Amino acid sequence: MAKLFELRSVTKIFRGGTLAVDDVSFSVEAEAPGIIAIAGESGSGKSTLGLLVMGFLEPTEGEVIYNGKNLKDLSREEQFALRKEVQAVFQDPFAAYNPFYKVDHILDVPIKRFKLANSKDEARGMVEEAMERVGLRPNEILGRFPHQLSGGQRQRLVVARALLLQPKLLIADEPVSMVDASLRATILKSLNRLNREFGIPILYITHDLTTAYHISDYIIILYKGSIMEAGDVETVIKNPQHPYTQLLIDSIPWPDLGHKWGQQELIIPDGADPEIKGCKFAPRCPHVKQVCWDSPPPLYKVDGARVASCHLYEGHQVMPKEQVGELFAPLTEAVAA
Amino acid sequence: MSEYVLQVKDVDIQYFTDAGIVKAANEVSFNLRPGERLGLVGESGSGKSTMALGILRMIKPPGRITAGQILLNGDLDITKIDEDAMRELRGSQISMIPQGAMNSLNPVMKVKEQLIDTMKDHDLHLTKKQMEARAREALENVELDPKVGDLYPHELSGGMKQRVCIAIGIVLHPKVIIADEPTSALDVITQRQVMETIAHIQEQMGSAVILIGHDMGLMAQFVNHMAVMYAGRLMELGTVKDIFTNPLHPYTQLLISSLPMLDNRGDFQGIPGITPSLLELPPGCVFNTRCPQAMEVCTQRIPILEKHGAGERWVACYLYEH
Amino acid sequence: MSRFSLFWRYIRRNWTLGAGLGILVFLFLFTVIGLFFVDSKVDPYPLAAPAGVPPTLAYCPPVEPDCEDPKAYPFGTDGQGRNMLAVAVTGTWMTLQIGLLAGLIGIAAGSFLGFTSAFYGGLYDAVVRWMVDVLLTIPGLLILVVIASSIGGRSITVTGMALIIALISWRGPARVIRAQVLSMRERPYVLMARLNGMSGLDIVFRELLPNLLPYLGAALVGAVTAAIFASMGLAALGLGPLREPTLGVTIYWVINQSAFLRGLWWWGAVPITVVALVFIMLFMISIGLDELANPRVRRSE
Repeated sequence: MAKLFELRSVTKIFRGGTLAVDDVSFSVEAEAPGIIAIAGESGSGKSTLGLLVMGFLEPTEGEVIYNGKNLKDLSREEQFALRKEVQAVFQDPFAAYNPFYKVDHILDVPIKRFKLANSKDEARGMVEEAMERVGLRPNEILGRFPHQLSGGQRQRLVVARALLLQPKLLIADEPVSMVDASLRATILKSLNRLNREFGIPILYITHDLTTAYHISDYIIILYKGSIMEAGDVETVIKNPQHPYTQLLIDSIPWPDLGHKWGQQELIIPDGADPEIKGCKFAPRCPHVKQVCWDSPPPLYKVDGARVASCHLYEGHQVMPKEQVGELFAPLTEAVAA
Repeated sequence: MSEYVLQVKDVDIQYFTDAGIVKAANEVSFNLRPGERLGLVGESGSGKSTMALGILRMIKPPGRITAGQILLNGDLDITKIDEDAMRELRGSQISMIPQGAMNSLNPVMKVKEQLIDTMKDHDLHLTKKQMEARAREALENVELDPKVGDLYPHELSGGMKQRVCIAIGIVLHPKVIIADEPTSALDVITQRQVMETIAHIQEQMGSAVILIGHDMGLMAQFVNHMAVMYAGRLMELGTVKDIFTNPLHPYTQLLISSLPMLDNRGDFQGIPGITPSLLELPPGCVFNTRCPQAMEVCTQRIPILEKHGAGERWVACYLYEH
Repeated sequence: MSRFSLFWRYIRRNWTLGAGLGILVFLFLFTVIGLFFVDSKVDPYPLAAPAGVPPTLAYCPPVEPDCEDPKAYPFGTDGQGRNMLAVAVTGTWMTLQIGLLAGLIGIAAGSFLGFTSAFYGGLYDAVVRWMVDVLLTIPGLLILVVIASSIGGRSITVTGMALIIALISWRGPARVIRAQVLSMRERPYVLMARLNGMSGLDIVFRELLPNLLPYLGAALVGAVTAAIFASMGLAALGLGPLREPTLGVTIYWVINQSAFLRGLWWWGAVPITVVALVFIMLFMISIGLDELANPRVRRSE
């Protein structure tokens, strides 16, 4: 299967020495338009991964490959095409707008730049259709300034923009974390539609595992720049195998009185992070062994649907880096069926 | 001796701005028992943070508490006392753990000095040794090594800083602790740690806690009673069990069904419409523009918060009017 | 609500800006109306009038104390016969000209450098930043004195003065604008613009520039103030356009001719008052603009 995009052993170290992404490899297949969640806490490198995929950051090591070509090697036309084909929805619904212009600006500019319409009327028609698809009424929204709309309306308009552009890949970086609870479901629904009706794969970056569970098909759990566990979202969330994932899931405040948090003891490391040669989670892991301090564990295939990077599963088959994308492929069969 | 440590009665808080009067809180009433955990839940614009500031008498002009009473221990109406008297109460009787508290620590003072500062401000007539002992005790209460007292804020992690702020909030053993979204900037695991810490000190000291936030999940895991606010008004009040298993108010029902849980994956149910502006509230019930069960009377008169059934349950909705 | 009444309400709250703009309007009217009563080619120059006349509204020459047609010299005349009212009117206009021209050139050059170096970064940014930092450490007046004195005092015109000052007035704006753009560059709406396929320069002009207008306004006021200050300094040292009646040059003559010792107090009082008004105006406008541009300083609405 052709790969839409691929990260090959990508490492990103920022000026000043911060290691944001450490040797991460995964891919999204072109024919498998699922929603993949990239979940982690702050400092896990999830947002950096998003920026790397968008081409806004260059990897320190490794390659970011889009449609078979390394982003560094793209010609000007190909770069321009990349801009159209890879789009994003950001966290802050207000900051995504230039306060100087009316909100129409974020829809009009790309239509013009990417020549998506042949006349003003056609453009207007496209805009209205996209807006109605996300549940916005054009006459209430267009012509206004960003501060005149609510956070939910602004964010929905950004999603409408994504719909309009029909990208080949959408990166949603915490799209609902700054939106009120009652509106989150509406926005997630629109994103879901983008995926199910238009076949656009979505990378859903978040720290909130509840929404990740709700909307995604697959999930990648990041910790300090490395993949801890990845695979089918039901399997990973309901039956986590990596100690870090287990700790995370145990700490989720589900709005469900039958599901209490905090069953697991927390291990709090003292003081600063030492140079870690082995597994990054070793200082906090309840199952830590000597080998964990010495060498970083590879991604073991714990079962058919997921992999975990943990020495507890030594003896299992190791997932080669270039095949990580296959974890996210089974959906094609389900969709085709 | 009253059975309630805090009683909020029909409080109105309004902001008099150039654009008009912002009715941030309207006729809000609830009671708090010693040792109780109350969750004040609402979305943006619901008035929950305004209530927190109101109880601490920290509303700045052009805002004012325009009506109602806030009774401490059943007899003292803190809306009527002067600023000096209020300052005495703040920190010692009612304290606050604000949002983003990590940024309210003084970067050039050691942690224990900031704790001692709080004590000095309240004229407790303690010796230096006694204050240092209290500071150590406060740090232990929030499960920090007392050695942390000798560190500066920048040497601590986010979670540790937040716990220092909690320590400052409790060092004077207040009766009421108001925690305004204390974990919003923290990750999930640290959040759990911090909430467990708050639960621990609260049990130890017997204080009551008002947890303010929008995360219903956090409420479900922490509080015993819940008050649901919308557009400045209280919609429903009751035990957390009652509200989650049998929500009465349509807003509460819609809110709970929109939450992602382990059993409703893929099922997205938002609340259509938008929250009204606090400058121009709709006539009648503030939720009537979005309520799927709105009736004629809902657009005409504001429903009153009334007791429902035998237990501790109040709801402001014509569906349940007697 | 009409734009005018919104503006008026804002001015009532931001009274510093209002006061500053009020003085600007006053000076503007003073100049414009004054030019009707004054022949700007003749009256502000030496011996257009009898020398040494104190402020008076009815002057008859000493030889004819009861003349039929007394002339009015509301600001008096100086020791060389310049009509001080004329000097005030033309001098104010000239000084403001110098300030505006030098300020505008400074802003234009400074913002271009600030925008491009912040946006593009890299070697270009490093070079520009180094240049600005180094040049900022050298006192501006020193640079100006060296340049002005080597050009030759008597032949400097008003425009020439402005151009000389423009040579240094771009330093501050370059730095301030660069800092602002650096912080704006990472904002999500800039990322959105990149996702729209916009090129770098496109983003600078279409997205960043409009949001920087308040800062540019404030920087302009600062640059104008600095330019006027510099021109006063140079003129007082004798390096100004000595043939022209700018306020700074007038002050030079006041010092040079010992006006106060001779009792000709009005000669000094006129330029000093006008200069003081100009600086107060610029100061108030800059404070008022600061409140406008910086939402955190803005009093709650």
